[in-house]
Amino acid sequence: MSMRVVVLGATRGMGREVARRLAERGDHLVLLGRKQEDLDAAQADLEGRGAAEVVTRVFDLADADAFEPAIDAAASALGTLDAVVVTASLFGTQEDLEADLGVTAQLLDVNFTKTILFCEVARTRLMEMGGGSLVVFSSVAGDRGRRSNGLYSATKAGLSHYLEALDHRFHDQGLHTLCVKPGFIRTGMTEGLDEPPFTGEPDEVSRLVVAAMDRKAPMVYAPRIWQLVMLVISFLPRFVMRRVGF
Amino acid sequence: MAASDTVPAVTLHAGTALRGWGGLGVPGREAQGEDLRALTEGVPTLSRGMGRSYGDASLPPPGVTAVVGTRRANRVISFDPDTGLLVAEAGLSLREIVDVFLPRGFFPPVSPGTWFVTLGGAVASDIHGKNHHVAGTFGAHVQWVVMRVASGDIVRCSRTEHPELFLATLGGMGLTGHVLEVAVTLQNVSSPWIWREAMKVPTFDALLDGLETSSDWEQTVAWIDTLATGRSFGRGVLMRGRWARPWEAPAHFPPAGIEPVVPFNAPSFLLNDWTVKAFNELYYHKQVFRNVVGPVTPRGWFTPLDAVHHWYRAYGRAGFTQHQSVIPRSAGREAVRTYCETLAAHGGTGFLCVIKDCGAEGDGLLSFPEPGMSVALDLPNTPDTPALVDLLNEMTIERGGRIYLTKDTFTRREHFEAMEAARLPRFRAVRDTWDPTHRIKSAMSVRLFGDEP
Ligand SMILES: Cc1cc2nc3c(=O)[nH]c(=O)nc-3n(C[C@H](O)[C@H](O)[C@H](O)COP(=O)(O)OP(=O)(O)OC[C@H]3O[C@@H](n4cnc5c(N)ncnc54)[C@H](O)[C@@H]3O)c2cc1C
Ligand SMILES: NC(=O)c1ccc[n+]([C@@H]2O[C@H](COP(=O)([O-])OP(=O)(O)OC[C@H]3O[C@@H](n4cnc5c(N)ncnc54)[C@H](OP(=O)(O)O)[C@@H]3O)[C@@H](O)[C@H]2O)c1
Repeated sequence: MSMRVVVLGATRGMGREVARRLAERGDHLVLLGRKQEDLDAAQADLEGRGAAEVVTRVFDLADADAFEPAIDAAASALGTLDAVVVTASLFGTQEDLEADLGVTAQLLDVNFTKTILFCEVARTRLMEMGGGSLVVFSSVAGDRGRRSNGLYSATKAGLSHYLEALDHRFHDQGLHTLCVKPGFIRTGMTEGLDEPPFTGEPDEVSRLVVAAMDRKAPMVYAPRIWQLVMLVISFLPRFVMRRVGF
Repeated sequence: MAASDTVPAVTLHAGTALRGWGGLGVPGREAQGEDLRALTEGVPTLSRGMGRSYGDASLPPPGVTAVVGTRRANRVISFDPDTGLLVAEAGLSLREIVDVFLPRGFFPPVSPGTWFVTLGGAVASDIHGKNHHVAGTFGAHVQWVVMRVASGDIVRCSRTEHPELFLATLGGMGLTGHVLEVAVTLQNVSSPWIWREAMKVPTFDALLDGLETSSDWEQTVAWIDTLATGRSFGRGVLMRGRWARPWEAPAHFPPAGIEPVVPFNAPSFLLNDWTVKAFNELYYHKQVFRNVVGPVTPRGWFTPLDAVHHWYRAYGRAGFTQHQSVIPRSAGREAVRTYCETLAAHGGTGFLCVIKDCGAEGDGLLSFPEPGMSVALDLPNTPDTPALVDLLNEMTIERGGRIYLTKDTFTRREHFEAMEAARLPRFRAVRDTWDPTHRIKSAMSVRLFGDEP
């Protein structure tokens, strides 16, 4: 049966690929994004790929006042909501963030506070409508504090915690929470960075995410190998991490 | 014609970050992105799709370290199911087109032996497939393209708007500008399955006869066992197919199938005559012991090698190249036979020798196919490979034929110019009009077109 899904982040990267997988199986979609022009192009792409219905709405995750109206509008456009997918977030290298507290404040605010506030609005609405899936992109970076990306990864660590707790708290009341932990993926976010081993493609991530949505998994690493990588890393003693400059 | 003593201007290495499909390349990186207009804003040197061209066509010239990587600029812009017209960004791959549109009854009008090819790459090489004798090249189905040209302008060109630029771009190996968008008419197919007949042929003549008498089949190709010499020279398999009629096709949609990966570079001792012989024997005998008639998945029919991702690694670190030339019909059968015999004698270790009868020449100024026999053979790179390529090129020139640039690594400029004496001036004139200082160039254009490095 086709689903009715809100996607925040469908204009680029992994969100674009997730929206495509949903479109290709005939789902109904509401896309939230910052620029109407980008949303229009995403809509044409998804319609060309077979989406049953695509509605767009300009939306900025930095603007908390917009959250309730956007979710309300999405619900009324589609009649009901089965899932809300959030891939939007900001990124900055540790060096760039350390050099500018203003930029850091913005990243901490959008990636943590605003994302969680948006999740609160979305999950409340999903539960009012009888339950559904809240699918949020965190990161493997949130699993362990590293010297190279502490500020960004702190927001993801907090987000992962929140999502795990949400799952425990509302699981019985029909809310399915899926915390997605991508490894290093080739997208605009990582363009120009040095690629580590096991670098993945957004397309393979999207397939894993949609499969995890369908089986109502609470967490998914993508590509899968990152689950193993992070298992190893989670057991690395601090002195080893320090010695290898991790 | 005697080979001159100079070594071809190839400066490729194994293990570099940017590589052709044959495994050799240059240092550098792909500047990838989802927005081709932004990526090509300052008119970078070259665009590159999925890097399935074998040699240096998709590599930057010396001194340039970045090429535009188009593969993530892959949005569908529109699709009209009434006409089959697909408009999409240049990085959309044939594989995605098949995944998205075959369930709706549409298929790329021309399919090469791999679907890991972008629309931009399909245009730039003006690719051909098993249906060349009836459908022509990919370019025949392209209605227009949108390009970033050397001046920085974005222009739309077609057979009626800037026709010279359009025709130079079909098969122009990326040298006329960056293709941003492609409009191509997809083929409406009768089912998602192929009806296929494969049969063993004992001699070279029987093989050529088989291709000719099968020309009413939409798809034909033959495969020669290059290790069979003497009396059994030319034994091989003839394959012909067409889209299955609905009642011939299995009721279910073709399964996606598994994709094993060749995980590491095979040590070169694995690739000796014995392994190749074993491969050919197995493949050949598979045809002998099974009467292969019936439906087959498009994947199995068109792209048997995509199942083995990165199968090229089986050739080891030194990599490989391919020699593909077309021997015009006017040269006669004997010319094809002697050419293939030379291939078999010198290139005996190649895995695949593919032979295909080409139909009418397309309108792309440098498109490869012309009426005649196309012969392609993989050649593992050894110190002798450039000399072998020289020999094959001289035989091709003698026969009035030409080579397929997208497969080429070692051809010399003088050989290329001899093959293309008639067509090059027009291509050069168009290129000089749109890009007088040759801002857009590649490692290949330095090697073959005489661009300043
Ligand atoms: C296993 C295998 C089987 C094959 N079988 C066939 C076959 O049956 N028939 C056939 O015709 N070919 C065949 N090919 C060759 C392949 O179809 C071509 O090399 C094709 O051009 C590769 O597309 P790509 O996207 O990988 O382009 P690349 O290899 O990345 O680039 C090829 C050329 O296209 C140019 N280019 C790419 N994108 C753009 C753009 N957006 N704008 C301007 N220029 C651009 C590049 O500069 C380069 O000159 C085969 C290749 C393989 C590996
Ligand atoms: N790429 C990786 O290696 C990687 C690894 C681990 C985790 N992640 C996480 O995975 C998620 C997706 O990453 P990605 O690589 O796909 O990113 P991306 O390519 O940069 O795409 C980000 C998407 O989010 C949208 N967005 C950003 N800020 C927004 C805002 N304030 N309001 C509304 N929309 C906004 C962007 O829309 P616009 O078009 O408006 O910019 C874009 O569609 C992110 O949460 C990221 O942190 C990524």
